[in-house]
Amino acid sequence: MRLSLNSRLSAISALLPALLVMLVVYIGATSWTVWISLTSSRMLPNNNFVGLRQYQILLGNDRWITSVHNIVIYGVLFVSLALLIGFLLAVAIDQRIRAEDTIRSIYLYPYSMSFVVTGLVWQWLLNPTLGIQHVLRSWGFEGATFDWIVRPETAIYCLVVAGVWQASGLVMAIMLAGLRGVDEEIWKAARVDGLPKWRVYVSIIIPMMGASFATAAVLLSTGVVRLYDLSVAMTNGGPGIASEVPAKFVMDHLFERANIGLATAAATTMLITVVAVVAPYLYWRTRKGEVR
Amino acid sequence: MQKSNVDIRSLQIGFGGLKVLENLDLHVGASEFLVLLGPSGCGKSTLLNAIAGLIEVKGGEIHIGGRDVTWAEPKDRGIAMVFQSYALYPRMSVRRNMSFGLKVARTPQSEIERRVAEAAQMLRLTNLLERRPSELSGGQRQRVAIGRALVRHAGVYLFDEPLSNLDAQLRAELRVEIKRLHARLGATMIYVTHDQIEALTLADRIAVMQGGVIQQLDTPKKIYREPVNRFVASFVGSPAMNFIPGKLARGSEVAFIAGVNQLSLTGYAFRSQPTEAPAVLGIRPEHIELTASNDPSSVSARVEMVEPMGADTLIWCRLADGTAFSLRHDADTQVRVGDTLTVRFPADAMSLFDETSGQRL
Ligand SMILES: Nc1ncnc2c1ncn2[C@@H]1O[C@H](COP(=O)(O)OP(=O)(O)OP(=O)(O)O)[C@@H](O)[C@H]1O
Ligand SMILES: [Mg+2]
Repeated sequence: MRLSLNSRLSAISALLPALLVMLVVYIGATSWTVWISLTSSRMLPNNNFVGLRQYQILLGNDRWITSVHNIVIYGVLFVSLALLIGFLLAVAIDQRIRAEDTIRSIYLYPYSMSFVVTGLVWQWLLNPTLGIQHVLRSWGFEGATFDWIVRPETAIYCLVVAGVWQASGLVMAIMLAGLRGVDEEIWKAARVDGLPKWRVYVSIIIPMMGASFATAAVLLSTGVVRLYDLSVAMTNGGPGIASEVPAKFVMDHLFERANIGLATAAATTMLITVVAVVAPYLYWRTRKGEVR
Repeated sequence: MQKSNVDIRSLQIGFGGLKVLENLDLHVGASEFLVLLGPSGCGKSTLLNAIAGLIEVKGGEIHIGGRDVTWAEPKDRGIAMVFQSYALYPRMSVRRNMSFGLKVARTPQSEIERRVAEAAQMLRLTNLLERRPSELSGGQRQRVAIGRALVRHAGVYLFDEPLSNLDAQLRAELRVEIKRLHARLGATMIYVTHDQIEALTLADRIAVMQGGVIQQLDTPKKIYREPVNRFVASFVGSPAMNFIPGKLARGSEVAFIAGVNQLSLTGYAFRSQPTEAPAVLGIRPEHIELTASNDPSSVSARVEMVEPMGADTLIWCRLADGTAFSLRHDADTQVRVGDTLTVRFPADAMSLFDETSGQRL
């Protein structure tokens, strides 16, 4: 009994620093942000309570509306395309091809680059006067047009392309681990059953890989919420405000536009959205865990 | 249900530079239950996978049901297979596990339902059809795997150590079930195992393999009573056969000399004329008899250890010259450690092996 009390004490004391950091930094900073969003703070924080005024302003702000619109497009396309392409790459590598290690490293390589580098590379590639369009035209395809990045209605898709290019390798690595975990005898059984390969992937292997897909989707989703540097490096939110995203909205209003109240209102809105998505999921997970 | 024979002619299989099977010939008759028995790594699974068409052959031919299928796809060979790890499709119900292959092959729905119901009834799975594999016990999973093979109505059923992931009791139960299934379907079955009890109880014929070579292909009784070499003799039988080194002597009659003891070989069926040469005598523990001390062909031995085994008792003895052997006796034996026994080695139950080649004499 005394021993278990002792060991519990030492466990608590070991966890204490982490606990303090979490309380002060995360909870403290979050509560402060939420509080400031309810005040009339502009360049400097103040404690002048104005209720939900900042949120009203936010909802009437064109740039915020565009940002939200963009992040939805980006989120849906980026996560689904990265999952799809990453999975297909993993399947391709899983065919026991030669030079597997080399190809795997090449696919994974973009992930080791920061978003800023990725953004600059793709900004250059997509730039009509320097990149792909220019090359195609110089090869004689006079009519070749690839100017998405300078057109407001398509600029956000350029972010998707760059994001998917960067993240697919990571998804591939996760999926490949999942594929390699499939019992070889399942493949043999499927061959005896006469199932075509694609059918085995669709009907048997993919349903088995729920955990891999969930892991990859969670990793990708955190990237969606954080999306900032890619937008800054590739388009700087432009043309106009066509490729603005919420995280960039917060940063700009915090540091450039000196509107702390509005920035924290935007940040709080993002937080509430994430919690609204994650909380039911966590609840469902723990319920499922209890049932098992 | 059709019953196919399997004919394997000088089969060669290798992985890279490693030759696993070389010039292997095997004929399995229609409706026969053939067991491939051998130690780990001897090439049993390789042979079975080759019959199924799951690995490429380097040379030779495989005929199933009179058709050359050496290069045919597994699904076109008229075979079905049951795997050691069950290999069920984990996210599908038992019913879908059994029906999926048929559905992809565009079998009519009514026919699929009929076959699934029939197999489920035979394997007592009817109440489990809507469950997932993860909701089944090991024994139930293996029955589903067998069911998935049965619905294929194949000419040959291949089993790769189907019971080795189960505990002893379940293994015994399913063994009986498989035997009953064979009797009922009359299908050709090829069954891989390294468990000799399974082999002896199930097989019409056993092929004992070592190092990619079939050492002996015979009925279980023949394999047990007349092993063709020392490997087969020592691999089959539990508790293991006793081996006593010595030499053959030809006097007025042929005898086996082990140290100071002389054992009569009158009644032993020699395969060729015996010569005076070093040899090894093999005899199973249950064939050694206790006898009266005035029997001229008897030898005396000291009891070193007594192992009760339930149905009977294993008694470990040592001859005067130091040779150890074990014999089987009643469960309620009065023999104690330190006793001296008089024992007899009946010549008709012996196996004699050449000392160098290990072949039966
Ligand atoms: N894919 C492979 N690549 C290389 N060598 C292999 C491969 N599969 C099997 N072997 C080799 O072939 C030999 C026979 O293997 P096999 O699987 O047929 O043995 P087994 O008799 O089934 O053994 P076990 O009782 O352990 O299943 C072994 O020496 C093994 O190392
Ligand atoms: Mg094997």
